[in-house]
Amino acid sequence: MDDKKIIKIYLYTRFERFWHWLQAFMIVALIITGLEIHGTFSLLGFQRAVNVHNFIGLSWLVLFAFFVFWLFTTGEWKQYIPTTKKLFSVVIYYGFGIFQGKPHPVEKSPGAKHNPLQRLTYLGLSALLLPVQMFSGLLYYTWNLWAGFMIPLAPVAWIHTLMAFMLISFLLVHVYMTTTGHSLFSHISGMITGWEEIYETTTVEEWELPAKRK
Amino acid sequence: MTKKCIPGLITIMLTAFLLVGSSAPAATNPGGDEAPGRKMAKQAVKREKRWITTDHTKHEILQKPFMSGEEVTQACLSCHSEASAQFHKTIHWTWLASGDKKDMKYGKAGYSVNNFCISANAMEDKSCLKCHAGWNGVDEGVNCLKCHGTEKFNYKEAFTDIQAFAQDDDPESKEIMEEIQAEVTNAVGKIALPGRNNCGECHFKGGGGDGVKHGDLDTSLMKPNKILDVHMGTDGEDFSCTRCHTTTNHNIAGRVYTNPAVESSKSLLEDDLAPKITCISCHSDAPHKNDSKMNDHTDKVSCQACHIPEYARVNPTKMSWDWAKAGDLKDGKPYHTKGELGKDIYKSIKGQMTWEKNVVPEYFWSNGTQTSTTAEDIIDPSTVVKVSHPVGDAKDPDSRIFPFKIHRGNQPYDKINKTLLAPLLSGEKGYWTTFNWEEALTLGNDTLGLPFSGEFDFVKTTYAFPITHMVAPKDKALDCTQCHRRDNGRLATLSGFYMPGRDKSTAVDSLGWIIILGSLGGVGLHGLGRFFTRKNGRRKNHG
Ligand code: HEM
Repeated sequence: MDDKKIIKIYLYTRFERFWHWLQAFMIVALIITGLEIHGTFSLLGFQRAVNVHNFIGLSWLVLFAFFVFWLFTTGEWKQYIPTTKKLFSVVIYYGFGIFQGKPHPVEKSPGAKHNPLQRLTYLGLSALLLPVQMFSGLLYYTWNLWAGFMIPLAPVAWIHTLMAFMLISFLLVHVYMTTTGHSLFSHISGMITGWEEIYETTTVEEWELPAKRK
Repeated sequence: MTKKCIPGLITIMLTAFLLVGSSAPAATNPGGDEAPGRKMAKQAVKREKRWITTDHTKHEILQKPFMSGEEVTQACLSCHSEASAQFHKTIHWTWLASGDKKDMKYGKAGYSVNNFCISANAMEDKSCLKCHAGWNGVDEGVNCLKCHGTEKFNYKEAFTDIQAFAQDDDPESKEIMEEIQAEVTNAVGKIALPGRNNCGECHFKGGGGDGVKHGDLDTSLMKPNKILDVHMGTDGEDFSCTRCHTTTNHNIAGRVYTNPAVESSKSLLEDDLAPKITCISCHSDAPHKNDSKMNDHTDKVSCQACHIPEYARVNPTKMSWDWAKAGDLKDGKPYHTKGELGKDIYKSIKGQMTWEKNVVPEYFWSNGTQTSTTAEDIIDPSTVVKVSHPVGDAKDPDSRIFPFKIHRGNQPYDKINKTLLAPLLSGEKGYWTTFNWEEALTLGNDTLGLPFSGEFDFVKTTYAFPITHMVAPKDKALDCTQCHRRDNGRLATLSGFYMPGRDKSTAVDSLGWIIILGSLGGVGLHGLGRFFTRKNGRRKNHG
């Protein structure tokens, strides 16, 4: 396998990259300001942290709606359809194969940006974690509107806080995983330039391709 | 997706981002725009001074030589025929919350007690009557000049003298009498709507001295600057008391033992004839700029809680009073000791007390009413007895977090009947003369018609005063973190609600940190594994 040639393919469109980094920025900013509001540390000052948090939080809600719109009009949502095929080989790769220098069982390709493990993770993230975080954030933000119904704030805050911790944990693993490419920074540069390195000989399996991708 | 539409999409997204930005709270306020609540309040008080159509010095009936206070009152009533009847129905006259002589439960003239001079002994304690707006308690007519006279004049002394000289046939005495009468007439002519001096003479000196009782009411408010009180500051709005304590039929708006100042807080837009007694009356309940987060607080936090960072900012106020220490004599004589703030910290007749300045309030949920423990009520002497305490709850939509001064006392109670006692203090038989508790307590409770077993001891008590005057300029209002902080915040003792920054669930936090540390440990180990096996397989080419 040493003689396999590495080529670059254009994997992430400009819009996808823009959205990825914008969302990354917003989430990191929300985590930092959120933890300050939580009382974990002080950095911006409580009042500014609240203002920044609410501003970015609300902006993110609106932008996320655009993202979902894009996802469905372009059919890109199919990239998130979970599959168990090769899921275990991917898990086994990260658990063992990677230490033995074995190749990744599912290389990236234009039709399939995410491997089965990523699909599952990102689906969980985009369909569960982030919406729950947004929804609890919105409830938190608008609490005064429905406080009259005697709904306590505490559970909302607890869910919001727990999800924040899970997001931090996701970020840690996510950033670490970017270093598992052909070189330490090849995945990151892929998300910056759009060009991912893959082996020339990699063939994209039929099941990885969305049926009617345009 | 064709490449062409990408710039278009980016433009849409950026526009959306900016749009949200401009309407979101974080969009910091453009320029020095005034907060809506401030603008509204300025509008509400824009009119110049109140104008009147009469000059009292020109009224003949007010120029006659008066022989007694009663005569002055009659002169007033000759035009203001209903004034006395109106005033008799107000708490300023009855000193009873109910206004009904038969319902003595609450009120200075009834069974109410405090932890200062404790009881007015059904108005038998004559020294209390200095502040009553009659010529002699409730026995003679209303002294209109108490509230409407602008000249500080000792009428009582003047009329005693006049009556004494009138008995005398000596022409010289008559001359002196006429001189005094001329002074009286001169003072009587200077009539106006009540000013700070009128109200302050009693209300700034509640508890028998400057700033003793309230903490947010003392003589520093006679001529305050804006920094002490944005409303009353003579270099600012220069409000008189009655600017907010508006009046109908001589009934002055304000809080009464059992009743809140208003039943519901409404702005003048909602009810233009409502008393202007609440902040909301003029400022509305969304007074802050640009949908600021602060406006979300007004349903739970009173304006006063943040805008009166400390009280007693100029003159000190009394914070505690221990009656059990009273009665210590030096060479058989009463004495007193002054403390650092220039106030007595010990007085043989009163006991030991403490004074403080720039005091941080204590905060409680309050719906505007207070509970009162009267001289009739059964107490539990093993606890600190709340003689007066705010009523409220986090779950009550009418309650707000409100600042209070808590005055801590140690005062006599009946060990058998388990009631607070009402000692007679002034006068020949009062404690201040006799230093005899048993006698003073027996006589005192007699005035109220309440039993005293003869066995007494002292019990710790608290008395709560709402802090509502001395509103500071807006830049002196509290910063978020005075309350939104993990430890030692101003609201640390209030429970039953979740407050961001102060509260957290230990379970959630522990779980969260375990997840994070777990992830860190996981990727750390994985990374180390990769590092040590980097020579394996293909990685030797690309590591
Ligand atoms: C990545 C996403 C987010 C993270 C990591 C995050 C994190 C946090 C954290 C840790 C807190 C403190 C909770 C507490 O101690 O009670 C908080 C508070 C809060 N969050 Fe979020 N949050 C996120 C998104 C959002 C969104 C989308 C909104 C909706 C507008 C929002 C609105 C709020 C509000 C209103 C508060 C309470 C303090 C305040 O008024 O600003 N958050 N957030």
